[in-house]
Amino acid sequence: MSDVSFVRTEMLPEQAPPASEVGLIGWVRHNLFSGWFNSILTVISLYAVYYVLSGVLPWTFQSVWNANSLTECREIMMATWGSTHGHACWAVINDRWLQLLFGFYPSHLYWRPILSLVLLLVALAPVLYSDRVPTKMLIITGIYPFLMPFLMWGGTIWGPMSAAIGFVLGWFVYNLLNKQLSELIGMIGAAVAAVIWWLILSSYFVGVMDSILPIGIEAVQSRQFGGFMLAILLGVVAIGVSLPIGIVLALGRQSDLLIVKYMCVGFIEFIRGVPLITLLFVASLLLNLFLPPGTNFDIILRVMIMMTLFSAAYMAEVIRGGLAALPRGQYEGADSLGLNYWQAQRLIIMPQALKISIPGIVSTFIGIFKDTVLVSIIGLFDVLGLANAIRADTAWNGIYWELFAFIGALFFVVCFSMSRYSMYLERKLQTGHH
Amino acid sequence: MKKSVILGAATVAGLAASAAVAGTVDDVKARGTLNCGVTTGLVGFAAPDANGEWQGFDVSLCRAVAAAVLGDASAVEFVPTTGKTRFTALASGEIDMLARNTTWTFSRDVDLKFEFIGVNYYDGQGFMVPKALGVSSAKELDGATVCIQTGTTTELNLADFFRANNISYEPVPIETNAEAQQQYLAGACDVYTTDASGLAATRATFENPDEHVLLPEIISKEPLGPLVRHGDHEWGDVVRWTLNALVSAEELGVTSANIDELSAGTDNPEVNRLLGTEGTLGEMLGLDANWAANAIKAGGNYGEVFAKNIGEETPIGLARGLNAQWTDGGLLYSPPFR
Repeated sequence: MSDVSFVRTEMLPEQAPPASEVGLIGWVRHNLFSGWFNSILTVISLYAVYYVLSGVLPWTFQSVWNANSLTECREIMMATWGSTHGHACWAVINDRWLQLLFGFYPSHLYWRPILSLVLLLVALAPVLYSDRVPTKMLIITGIYPFLMPFLMWGGTIWGPMSAAIGFVLGWFVYNLLNKQLSELIGMIGAAVAAVIWWLILSSYFVGVMDSILPIGIEAVQSRQFGGFMLAILLGVVAIGVSLPIGIVLALGRQSDLLIVKYMCVGFIEFIRGVPLITLLFVASLLLNLFLPPGTNFDIILRVMIMMTLFSAAYMAEVIRGGLAALPRGQYEGADSLGLNYWQAQRLIIMPQALKISIPGIVSTFIGIFKDTVLVSIIGLFDVLGLANAIRADTAWNGIYWELFAFIGALFFVVCFSMSRYSMYLERKLQTGHH
Repeated sequence: MKKSVILGAATVAGLAASAAVAGTVDDVKARGTLNCGVTTGLVGFAAPDANGEWQGFDVSLCRAVAAAVLGDASAVEFVPTTGKTRFTALASGEIDMLARNTTWTFSRDVDLKFEFIGVNYYDGQGFMVPKALGVSSAKELDGATVCIQTGTTTELNLADFFRANNISYEPVPIETNAEAQQQYLAGACDVYTTDASGLAATRATFENPDEHVLLPEIISKEPLGPLVRHGDHEWGDVVRWTLNALVSAEELGVTSANIDELSAGTDNPEVNRLLGTEGTLGEMLGLDANWAANAIKAGGNYGEVFAKNIGEETPIGLARGLNAQWTDGGLLYSPPFR
C-alpha cells in the first residue's frame, strides 16, 4: 500500500455550492426543469395557469361594485372598458349580501344570529382547543344548545328552559335509580322521565311560567330564516347532534343485546339506503299530509331532524370503522383492569376509535354541511334558493357567475377551515404508534 | 311492515282530516294572515326585493285577497313553493291559496282535486329567434335547432306543431331557463321556445334585446290561474270574486287613484255595488262591505297590477294581448257584480 503517492492530510476549506444548485435557480432546475420532458410539462402548466388567471383576475378585479341593476352594470362596463365581456358585476352582491347571509331575518334583529355565531365559537373553543382554553368554559358549551334556539327564534325564555329542565330531570332520575337499582334501569328511567316531561308536562310549565314571569324577546318565524345563516344553523345542529347519536348507534350496532343491536342496524341501513332528498321531501310533504291540519310542526325543525338522522347514520358507520380498527387487546386490556362497559368505552376505546376516525368524521361533517343547500328544493330559501330568487328580480335577471362565486367562497371558507382543523387535530393527537 | 301499517293509517287519517276541513275564510280571519303559495322566484310574477318584500304579478293577487278578507294587504305570509311541492302544500292546508303560474288543466282540476278560480294570465308557448336569422314566422323554421326544456308540456307542444306543419327540427334538450339563456346566447340553438311571458322576461335580460325577436305564432294555451282546494266553496268564492273585482274595476274605470272618490258613491250602480256603497255583496261573501274596495286599493285594478309588474313600461315589456279586457279584444271578461 506504499505506492499511494498522495493522501491529502488537511481538510479543504468549505466552498459555497454552485449558483446553479441553490436558491431560486437551483430549486427551479431541480423541480421544474430537471429534464426535457419535465421542462415541456412546466411550460405547458405555466401557460395553463396564465390562461386561467388572465381570464379570472380581470373578471374579478375589473368589476362594477355600485349599480342598481344588471343593465346599469352593463352601461358602466361599456363606459369604462368599452365591453361588457370579462367583467364581473359585483353590484348584485353589494345590493343583496345581507339577504344572502340572513335571508328574510328582520334586519333590526341581525345582532341575534351574529351573537349566536360568536357564542358558538366561544362554546366550541373548549371542545376544539382543550389544551389552550380553560375547562371551566365548558359551562358555556353546556348552556349553548339552549341559548342558541332562544336567540334565533326568540319568544319566551321558558321554552329553552323547559327543554333544559328535561335533561336535569333525567339526570336526577338516573342518579337515583342507579344507586337504588341498576345502571340500565337508571338510563331507561331517565329517558322515560325526560320524554314525559318534554311531551306532556313541558307545555303546561311554559304556559304557567310565562304568565307568572313573562321574560322574552321578539319572536322570529321559521319562514324568515334563510341564506347562509340557514346553512350554518342546519349544519351546526346536524353536526353537533349527529356525533353523539352516531357514537351511540355505533356502540349499539356492536352490542351483545339483540334488540338494541338490530334496532341500530335497522336504523342505520334504512337511513343510508334512502337519499337525503327523499328524507327532505318526507319532512316537507308527507308529514304535512300525515299530521292533522293545523298542527304547527316547524318546517325548519323537521328538516333539522331529518338531516341529523341522516348524518348520524353515516357517522355511526364511520365510528364503527374506528372501533373495528382497534386491536382486540384493547378491549381485553380494559376488561382486565376491571373497568365496566361505560368506563372502558370512555377511557380506553372511544379516545382511540375517535382518533382513528377523525378524517372520516370530518368528511361527513363537510358533506352534511354542503348538503344543507338541498333544502332549496323543498322551497326553503337557503343561500342557493335566494340566488334563484334574486335572479327573479327584474333588476338582476340574467346574472349567474357572481352569485355562485360568492356562494362558493362562503362555503369554501367554512369547509376549508373544518378540513384544516381536522389536520391540526390529527397532528395533536399523534401518539407515535399506528 | 308494522311501520307501513301505521303510516298507512296515518295517511288515511290525515287525508280524512284535511278533507273534513272547511271554513278557510274563518281560519284566515282567526289567524290574521293569509298563507299564499308563490313561486320561489319568477321574473315579474313573484320575487323578493332587497328588503325581503315580495313583489310581482301573482303576489299582487295574494295581497288583494288578504286585503279583501282581512282589510290589510300586508297580512300575507308568502310560502315559496317549487314545482314539486306546490300541490302538496295546497292539499295539506299549509297554504290557503296557490298563486303560482299554474296552468289550468283538466287533470289538475279534476284528478288532483283542486279548484281553479279563474285565469289571471293567459299565456301560450312562443318562439324567440335572433333577428339575424331573418325569420318572420315559425313556419319558416324548417331544419332549425330548438332549445327546449325537457319533460315539460312545451316539448310535446313543439313536436305537435312541427309535425302539423310538416317541417323538421332538431331539439337541443336543456334543463332550466337559466341554462337555456346561456345556450341560446352561445348559439347552441337557433330558436328558444317556452311560454311567451318567459321568453319576454328572458329577452329583457339580454345585453342587446333588440337583436332578438319573438315570432307571432303562439302554439299552445297556457291559462295561468290561482287555485284553492276542492270542497271549500265559500273560500273559492272569495278568491274568485276578488280576482273578478280587480278585472271589473279596470273595466269600470275604478283605479287606485280615483277609488276613494268613487267610494263616496257614483251614478253607476255596478260601481256602487262593487265598492259596497249599494247592495250587500260583501255580506253574501261573509266579508265587509268594502272588501272589493280594499282589494283594489292593495295594488290597483288588474290593468294597474299588470302595468306595474309585467307591462310594457317594465323591462319585461309584455303587451296586454289576450289579457286585455274583452272590450279591447282580449279575453278578460268578469261576470257582473249583481
